[in-house]
Amino acid sequence: MPAAVECRDLRKTYDGKVEAVRGLSLAIQAGECFGLLGPNGAGKTTTIEILEGLLEPTSGEVSILGRSWKSNPRELREYIGISLQETRLSEKLTVRETIELFASFYTQPRSTDEVLSALQLNEKADALVGKLSGGQKQRLAVATALVASPKVLFLDEPTTGLDPQSRRQLWDIVRAFQREGGTVLLTTHYMDEAERLCDRLAIVDHGQIIAEGTPADLIERLGGHHVVEFALSGNGHIDNATWQSLPSVDSVRNEDSVICLNVREPHRTIPALLERVDQQSAQLERLNTRQASLEDVFVNLTGRHLREE
Amino acid sequence: MTVAQQTPSQPQIEKSVPVPRNGRWAGFRHLLGARMLELAREKEVVFWVFVFPLLLALGLGFAFRNKPADRTTIAILAGPNAAHIQELIQNSQQKGAIRAEVVDEAQAAKGLRLGKYDLIVEPLSADKVQYHYDPARPESVQSHVEVDGALQAAAGRKDVLATSVVVSSEPGSRYIDFLIPGLLGMNLMNSGMWGIGFALVDMRQRKLLKRFVATPMRRTDFLMALASSRLILMVIEVGLLLGFGILMFHMRVLGSFFTIILIGALGAISFGGLGLLTASRAQKIESVSGLINIVMMPMWILSGVFFSYERFPATVQTFIKLLPLTALNDALRATILEGSSLVSQTGRISVLVIWGAISFFLALRWFRWT
Repeated sequence: MPAAVECRDLRKTYDGKVEAVRGLSLAIQAGECFGLLGPNGAGKTTTIEILEGLLEPTSGEVSILGRSWKSNPRELREYIGISLQETRLSEKLTVRETIELFASFYTQPRSTDEVLSALQLNEKADALVGKLSGGQKQRLAVATALVASPKVLFLDEPTTGLDPQSRRQLWDIVRAFQREGGTVLLTTHYMDEAERLCDRLAIVDHGQIIAEGTPADLIERLGGHHVVEFALSGNGHIDNATWQSLPSVDSVRNEDSVICLNVREPHRTIPALLERVDQQSAQLERLNTRQASLEDVFVNLTGRHLREE
Repeated sequence: MTVAQQTPSQPQIEKSVPVPRNGRWAGFRHLLGARMLELAREKEVVFWVFVFPLLLALGLGFAFRNKPADRTTIAILAGPNAAHIQELIQNSQQKGAIRAEVVDEAQAAKGLRLGKYDLIVEPLSADKVQYHYDPARPESVQSHVEVDGALQAAAGRKDVLATSVVVSSEPGSRYIDFLIPGLLGMNLMNSGMWGIGFALVDMRQRKLLKRFVATPMRRTDFLMALASSRLILMVIEVGLLLGFGILMFHMRVLGSFFTIILIGALGAISFGGLGLLTASRAQKIESVSGLINIVMMPMWILSGVFFSYERFPATVQTFIKLLPLTALNDALRATILEGSSLVSQTGRISVLVIWGAISFFLALRWFRWT
């Protein structure tokens, strides 16, 4: 059985010099929610637009539901739903008119009323698009994708710029689509979104996948599930090796004046840490522990934060 | 293996037994409907396309309405003989057509310069006058002839040749009759260029074009819907302006409405093609606005919208006649004012068709959806 979405060694070079995508391969199984996680400019949008058949790759193979974009693109479009990053739909049409317009392009669309209630847009059905809030506009954008009754849903940064409540509403919509057997590919630079929504994800940086797996897998691979962060006041520089040698510590990194330890068992590390601080005649300025997140995975892999502008 | 068989556990999105609910033209119908709704809800569009041309016609029609053309206002320089000159005018047959004011030299000179007076009569003595007039101003020249005639006759000159005149001031030869077909042509150009060119770049900038081509929408349906919306608006534009001319200015339309609509359609399509061409690559509405203005500006001036291009040198006229707006204006005028048939104006029709065909050909080659 072919994967729902598959690509091999995808490359895209703009104007012969800017390499947006540099040899990217992935396979998404039917029914999966797959995320491309990475900072702005990592090549996520270029990748998803190539998979959507909107951009021609410089080289590489794309297969959607076992078909290529070259054979019969119009037929293939019947089976996929797309929400682009920042489409501004016509402000002078109502929500219902917009959904009906998009429905008219498909041979066998879902009924508009069904989509309106699935996306909680019933109350706004006769409101002009220009009068909608950001969250409602984004839900409408997803509605224009879901009215196709697609097998694969592509969402490019679906919750960027939305308030927390609107984000959760959208996550519910994506989960409901997945429950009905749909396949989802989304891009995001929010690690919490990737962590909660995606069955599997690929971390993308500089046009390449640098890690791939389930969110739990990726965090597991860090070594420690916990992060101990502390800051010291006092004299002199203390070498990272001092902290690396503490019990149960997997890796150490510095962020400005804060030292972060990836730790397997904090209850073993912390007493030893306090003792070591004392020996070095330094004072703790602060200390906290938390669960490791995808952000830590990204920082460990690249040395940078996801949201660095 | 079909796609549906790959995911057998999802009856909700089953598509293996397609029961087509949407026919071939569903997309086209919805695109056209959406476009018409958008236009109707856009107040600016309604104003610029429908109200503005009517206001222009109304304003210009009244400003250049046929005032009694034979009435002239002149200045007589104050002095001992001014009263005598005024008396001569009062005794002449043309006294109704001449309004004379006695003023001092400075006032007279200023009045002549500003167009208040057409002529200054300076009495040099009881039987000798000197005229001051501006030979570049037709009404000044006319006034000179007329006043001189009046004074000479009143002073005792006898006409040696008996003459008579027949006055002609029928609808069809007035400025408003010239103006309305020109406004119609200009309006078709404006709304074709903006309604297609600007609208497309706006949609491209908003990524709406990209969103549309991400669906199974037929691209030809999209372009046809846009063109159809233009044609529907064209019929309304033509009806409104002509109806306005007939009601307000008692304009006489000699050509058949069908021929006029046919020419209007040709103009709308031709300028729609030009609009499509200007929009084929532009990514920002600022750049397409500039392009549209560059294309339209020369035609506003050259193509005989407000005044006849016959005023330009003959060599330039050959070039002017090759412009699409000139062809459209000439065809509209010939049809509306003279009742000319389509067959009798193959030259103009060909100019329009060629412009449209070349524009569409290039535009469809260069057009970018994303």
